[in-house]
Amino acid sequence: MPSLSASPDGSVAPALRVVGTRPVRPDGIDKVTGRALYGADITLPGLLTGRVLRSPLAHARIVRVDTSAARALPGLKAVVTAADLPPAPDRIEDLGEGAIDLRYLSDNLLAREKVLYHGHAIAAVAASTPEIAEQALALIRVEFEPLPPVMTASAAMKPDAPLLHAGLKTDRMGQRDAAPSNVASQLRHERGNLDDGFRRAAVVIDRRFRTETVHQGYIEPQASTAHVQADGQITIWTSTQGTFAVRSQVAEVLGLPVSRIKVVPTEIGGGFGGKISVYLEPLAVLLSRHAGFVPVRLVMSRTEVLTSTGPTSGSDLRIRIGADTSGKLVAMQAELYYEAGAYPGSPVGAAAVVSFAPYVCEAMRVDGYDVVVNRPRASAYRAPGGTNVAFAVESVIDELAESLDLDPIEMRLINAVREGDRRPDNLPLARIGYVECLQALRQSEHYRTPLTGRHRGRGVACGYWGNWGGQSSATAILNPDGSVSFNVASTDIGGSRASLAMQLAESLGIDYAQVKPRIGDTDSVSYNDVTGGSRTTFATGWAAYDLGQKLAAEMTARLAQRWEVAPESILRAGGGFASGDRRVDFAEASKLVCEDAPLMVSTTVHPKGYGAAFSVQCADVEVDPDTGKVTVLRYTIVQDAGKAVHPSYVEGQMQGGVAQGIGWALNEEYVYNEKGELLNGSLLDYRMPTACDLPMIDTIIVEVPNPGHPYGVRGVGEVNIIPPAGTLANAIHRATGVRLTALPMSPPRVLAALWEKSGYRP
Amino acid sequence: MCKVLIPALLRSQTEGKAEVEAEGTTVGEVIRHLDVRFPGLAERLLQDQRLRPGLGVAVDGEISHRGLREPVRPTSEVIFIAAVSGG
Amino acid sequence: MTPRKKTVLEFTLNGEPRAVLCEPQQTLLAVLRDELHLTGTKEGCSNGNCGACNVLLDGVLVNSCLILALEVQGRGVLTVEGLARPDGTLHPLQQAFLDHAALQCGICTPGFLLSAKALLDENPTPTESQVRYWLAGNLCRCTGYDKIVRAVLDVARSQSAAHATPPPVSPA
Repeated sequence: MPSLSASPDGSVAPALRVVGTRPVRPDGIDKVTGRALYGADITLPGLLTGRVLRSPLAHARIVRVDTSAARALPGLKAVVTAADLPPAPDRIEDLGEGAIDLRYLSDNLLAREKVLYHGHAIAAVAASTPEIAEQALALIRVEFEPLPPVMTASAAMKPDAPLLHAGLKTDRMGQRDAAPSNVASQLRHERGNLDDGFRRAAVVIDRRFRTETVHQGYIEPQASTAHVQADGQITIWTSTQGTFAVRSQVAEVLGLPVSRIKVVPTEIGGGFGGKISVYLEPLAVLLSRHAGFVPVRLVMSRTEVLTSTGPTSGSDLRIRIGADTSGKLVAMQAELYYEAGAYPGSPVGAAAVVSFAPYVCEAMRVDGYDVVVNRPRASAYRAPGGTNVAFAVESVIDELAESLDLDPIEMRLINAVREGDRRPDNLPLARIGYVECLQALRQSEHYRTPLTGRHRGRGVACGYWGNWGGQSSATAILNPDGSVSFNVASTDIGGSRASLAMQLAESLGIDYAQVKPRIGDTDSVSYNDVTGGSRTTFATGWAAYDLGQKLAAEMTARLAQRWEVAPESILRAGGGFASGDRRVDFAEASKLVCEDAPLMVSTTVHPKGYGAAFSVQCADVEVDPDTGKVTVLRYTIVQDAGKAVHPSYVEGQMQGGVAQGIGWALNEEYVYNEKGELLNGSLLDYRMPTACDLPMIDTIIVEVPNPGHPYGVRGVGEVNIIPPAGTLANAIHRATGVRLTALPMSPPRVLAALWEKSGYRP
Repeated sequence: MCKVLIPALLRSQTEGKAEVEAEGTTVGEVIRHLDVRFPGLAERLLQDQRLRPGLGVAVDGEISHRGLREPVRPTSEVIFIAAVSGG
Repeated sequence: MTPRKKTVLEFTLNGEPRAVLCEPQQTLLAVLRDELHLTGTKEGCSNGNCGACNVLLDGVLVNSCLILALEVQGRGVLTVEGLARPDGTLHPLQQAFLDHAALQCGICTPGFLLSAKALLDENPTPTESQVRYWLAGNLCRCTGYDKIVRAVLDVARSQSAAHATPPPVSPA
């Protein structure tokens, strides 16, 4: 009866009418005409402007904060400091991006005893004009007792390193060390006998790597507006990846019941993981209340975005891998030291899984360490943790392949994981398309075309990402004209309104244009996890599919009653309904059904089987021997999408992730001085790729259907950022003979490596 | 008896064993059963009657979102893993 | 703090004469967004590095965050809100961005549209590298630029084809 159902073997047999096409997104016209409203575009009567005072020091004890002069300023409506926050609960909760210690979340919003990084918020003000707000900030006196900054994992782990948190003791999976440390936790994955494995190796490569802190770099700075009404009801308009994550974080840090808070999502100008944690929302709420129940808007400057919102971890890595003469990997070892920033919570856990996930090996050990340093608290960034470790592992694999005279794709095929093989943490892989990706790259026009020319080289690397499912809710309202109003809570960062509406249309057998998606606030749609973890098109797509099935079933039941036939006798074809000689199309059926009573269905899904993602990439580069500049000549991404719902947006995810990965690999880094001050807090000096820095990025979408989704979808958003740094490092090596072991591979670093190789001393 | 894979840092609790057998119809029961044989193991896995923050569990290859309430069959494989989230 | 004296700014905005009171320190971007409530022009960096605030000033591409509002006295400004025809028909660049899926989050899109318009006004038949060079002042973090560059090249091709040959009898 339904036009399609989830088949147990995952094959998607019936022809899909909507899924796989490339319609214009529903919000497209608003976004090309400037009508779409983003975080900073929200305005309300009487709106006040908020500003945040941030620490000029990287590490210091706060002796005193004196706001009296600021409070006396005419036009200033409110000042808040950590003293206005309720005591931070010493509890760990999952509030959107994994477990968060509420103490740390609260302390990051407004520093209590210590500032822990340059840019750490200390106070916030609200005023009738931006000028008054800025003047007020200048009048707040903060007395500091400076402490020595600890800027890297290696510095933080020295025995005499200053401690960021006096009470922090290393947790080793439920067991805490006796002495305090800057190492928040250690994890380990281990199987087989590593020593035996290395003894069997014909070649062993053992290398150390360093990667620098990088930022998500969304073009829209954080922007939040809050209005606390006199009756205590709170509305927050904010640019976020997850309205419910904002609601629960605000509720926890302010000690409020969630029922008091409504979060209204604006359009979101990029997130990439960086717009899950709250920074401004609780401050806007406090300011609105202190200002006498007047709405307050806080918008970050670009410098604040860079100094004070979650970048992703820099890291020190050691990778040691052995292979036998045939290229088979016999032992793999990794030590991963990830900089969490000021509070525990680096993505080292994900990194430890990503590390050797593409490879079959019986002897494996991965140690991961979460290390606090005086940098902003790390937050998620597209496949968090993956790029760092893959840069290191893929470089070593390439070196092994080269020393064994093996083609880099062949090297990976020899050792490739397949369905049933296990990740480093022993979780078995379900159906995956990794081998298919490797084969597709090998057969691609790019790979088959020899690269010629001086100072040029071709690199290959691969990446794994586990994806996520999570909870999604949605409702569908049937309109009498045959259209369906579709309410979701997944904020749309990259075209998910389209990919979700397409799945509902497919499920109902109607046209895409008949589905009207809308993104609801937290009071209008049930609980929904964040847009992140590559989950939206998969899990909210599941919800869309399920809604379609439920709506069709209810329509069938009502038509059966009307026609006085058994529901089972009603057949569905092309969206219409038929029984005997009666036949109505979807619009006619909608009219009949709505005559009886309005029809709305809702669903909440929490699907398992989200299916892992693999990407294999190939780059051709040219290295300028005089300047060290690396030019990317050609780039091809192969990625298993399971099923590309809207291929243009799948390609867009692939290209966008790779562009970010190229920036990470070649130019982007946080530059601090010895005092821990960020020196490049602008988009001039934090150098993200421009259109001039990139070639066209070719995409090959492999579709090995995910059996865990009715249309075979698997998440596509994140995995693409994992391979680029390794791909480019390997290409640079083949172009120059130099193997770079630190990111970014920026001109000065490349040049220094070339000079070192040639023995040239400037 | 289901099969339980023990994370490396907890193998000191299981006499170095990476894989043990256990009884129980839920993850919670499996942990209670194991704790009898390997006293102290439950303390390493649990906090406030829940899996420790940052710890996840997979049953038969699927990461659970029910935690201790996740059903386990006699043929099941239970894996304790580090919980991971995405961006 | 006493408010600064306001000055009347008279200029042509998207083809219509406008008068607005503004303060001497206000940027064109601030006046567009905060005084005239035209929020299609975006603020990404406030110092001319991201291009999200790009507008055309007498046909010349500028960062509206780097121009004081009073500098546009008597001049003509085009923002994203003025790109479509008065009847609402999208500008070919707007349509091409939709057709090519050249936007993901969309925050950079208004700036790119204005930059691309300035390019095609000056050079109707740019090469790919000319498009990339011209758009290098606009940052996009979502797309990797591929689809944006293709959209602009596509508009250039169809416009130059339309000029070079008589209109086709039936659509291709």
